[in-house]
Amino acid sequence: MYVAVKGGEQAIGNAHAWLAEERRGDPAVAELGIAQIREQLAQAVNRVMAEGSLYDPDLAALAIKQARGDLIEAIFLLRAYRTTLPRFGASRPVDTADMACDRRISATFKDVPGGQVLGPTFDYTHRLLDFKLAAEGEVPPAPERDPATGPVPHVTGFLNREGLIEEEPGVDTIPPDLTREPLEMPAGRPLRLQSLSRADEGFVLSMAYSTQRGYARNHAFVGELRIGAVAVEMDVPELGFAIEIGEITLTECETVNQFTGSKSEPPQFTRGYGLVFGQTERKAISMALVDRALRWEELGEDFEGAPAQDAEFVLSHADNIQATGFLEHIKLPHYVDFQAELELVRKLRREAEEVRSSALMGGLASHDGQEAAE
Amino acid sequence: MSGCMRQEPDGARADYNFAYLDEQTKRMIRRAILKGLAIPGYQVPFASREMPMPYGWGTGGVQVSAAVMVPEDRFKVIDQGADDTTNAVSIRAFFERTAGVATTTRTREASVIQTRHRIPEEPLREGQILVYQVPIPEPLRFLEPRESETRKLHALEDYGLMHVKLYEDIARHGHIATAYDYPVRVEARYVMDPSPIPKFDTPKLADCPAIQLFGAGREQRIHALPPYTRVVPLDFEDHPFEASKPDHPCGLCGATDSYLDEVIVDDAGGRIFVCSDTDHCEARRDSGHVGEDTA
Repeated sequence: MYVAVKGGEQAIGNAHAWLAEERRGDPAVAELGIAQIREQLAQAVNRVMAEGSLYDPDLAALAIKQARGDLIEAIFLLRAYRTTLPRFGASRPVDTADMACDRRISATFKDVPGGQVLGPTFDYTHRLLDFKLAAEGEVPPAPERDPATGPVPHVTGFLNREGLIEEEPGVDTIPPDLTREPLEMPAGRPLRLQSLSRADEGFVLSMAYSTQRGYARNHAFVGELRIGAVAVEMDVPELGFAIEIGEITLTECETVNQFTGSKSEPPQFTRGYGLVFGQTERKAISMALVDRALRWEELGEDFEGAPAQDAEFVLSHADNIQATGFLEHIKLPHYVDFQAELELVRKLRREAEEVRSSALMGGLASHDGQEAAE
Repeated sequence: MSGCMRQEPDGARADYNFAYLDEQTKRMIRRAILKGLAIPGYQVPFASREMPMPYGWGTGGVQVSAAVMVPEDRFKVIDQGADDTTNAVSIRAFFERTAGVATTTRTREASVIQTRHRIPEEPLREGQILVYQVPIPEPLRFLEPRESETRKLHALEDYGLMHVKLYEDIARHGHIATAYDYPVRVEARYVMDPSPIPKFDTPKLADCPAIQLFGAGREQRIHALPPYTRVVPLDFEDHPFEASKPDHPCGLCGATDSYLDEVIVDDAGGRIFVCSDTDHCEARRDSGHVGEDTA
């Protein structure tokens, strides 16, 4: 006798209990603390904050712990938490020219005022597994010097003095917010930049890479890449002036791109822009390249049919939380639809079989008929 | 870090707003629902929120349910027609926890029913709300991938692409090769995606006394059918629409008019057919109906 399966609720509960046990791992091994993740897995924390669109290293570290190191799962936890937070208002635009830079490099000039500051970078490390780290990770303190103070003007500003790079006049309109309004096409540049800033790093990297390989090539130079802390200020209506409410670390990348001019624009350098939470330079550079590729229309360039030029394609598929959810939903039961397909395929096969056999019979019959006539 | 304290270890979320979403978000969703009801079959963009379950797992339906739910509601969730499929269990538990509403598996007793892929067998009545989870709300999406284009086609009432597709099916296979998610025309205006319900359920969309709401979270769209709306499956005079189901009675309750699942019951590939609507099947068995596989 067949009895329909019951007990989904208990099965789910048990699965989650098992998951919690697996997350903890061997209890003989010391448990990972939030502070350890925040301090020692800072790049994971940065990525989770950037794509989670929430600047909170402790919560990001907690999400990484809860997600067993699955960063997309951690981003998802942070996003789901973020939506429940009340919104008090918007900050003033951050002033990246006033950044306390840990790192600031330009690929377009040998030297820049203030010098090339390498900062804490993996660049130039030889990627050799350091077996010493397996035993103990203590390091001697790094050499220090007094930090440069004062504003740090953008390198692209120097180019602009000659009018060699396109103007980027400031606008006072409030940019749209895709976390509050549905994404509608065509999307203007502020919306595209917001989408790219929280987009999946791997996706943006691949899109950027595709432009380098000739799919909408726009030959980007890194005009400047800077990483550091900026103050976040907010206007408080009761006070009548802005107060600093905190500090965040950002990575900003400005690319300078070749441009021979178009019907509407003179020959000049053009810009791509990337701005991402945390030390996330792979993402920021990628973002700048994709931003530039998406600007083909406003610069009067041709649409080459390249994926990175197609704003609707890029923006609709860049969000890893949307992508992973929809991808993984095919694990859910689909047997009702599958049943309908089964019936259809059986019917089509039955009819195809009937057509074949009647053709066969018909062939024989006409053959017989011919014989009879002879 | 006060934020961390909001989720207690046992998963209790007593300090979230009723039905999880904040009131401003609910208002925004209700406006989209009202607009959808005012323009039946039209896809209303809405600022879908990230929910604590993944996109593609019913976030649109969950947001719509949360927006229409009141404390007096009795809530039912089905997936594939069954109340005890894992994701239905999970969504029901979510609202038990965040809204504290009563739940039921009885179609008749429920005031709000959230569904994935089925319409209950028992006819719905006035005052009930049926909330569909919708993966891709755009009926023209697989004919034209660009949203900017499909919106134009709807605005111009240009459904030629869809008719050509259906015609090509007939030319190639002798039938319209769409077994579920069958496109319908609403009040002789919008072509609408009914979510992936089997063709068998398509006629139930029409002239229904209940309110039908369709939520697509990832795609940020809501569409709706007010009660007693004219909904017609697209077809041709010489190839009329035909609702189909497996040609068997239910093995458990003997029903001959319900949609059936094919269940493999042994390693030799033996199979039986049982009602997909578990509540319908149980109610029939409780009132004494017996199928041939219950012996």
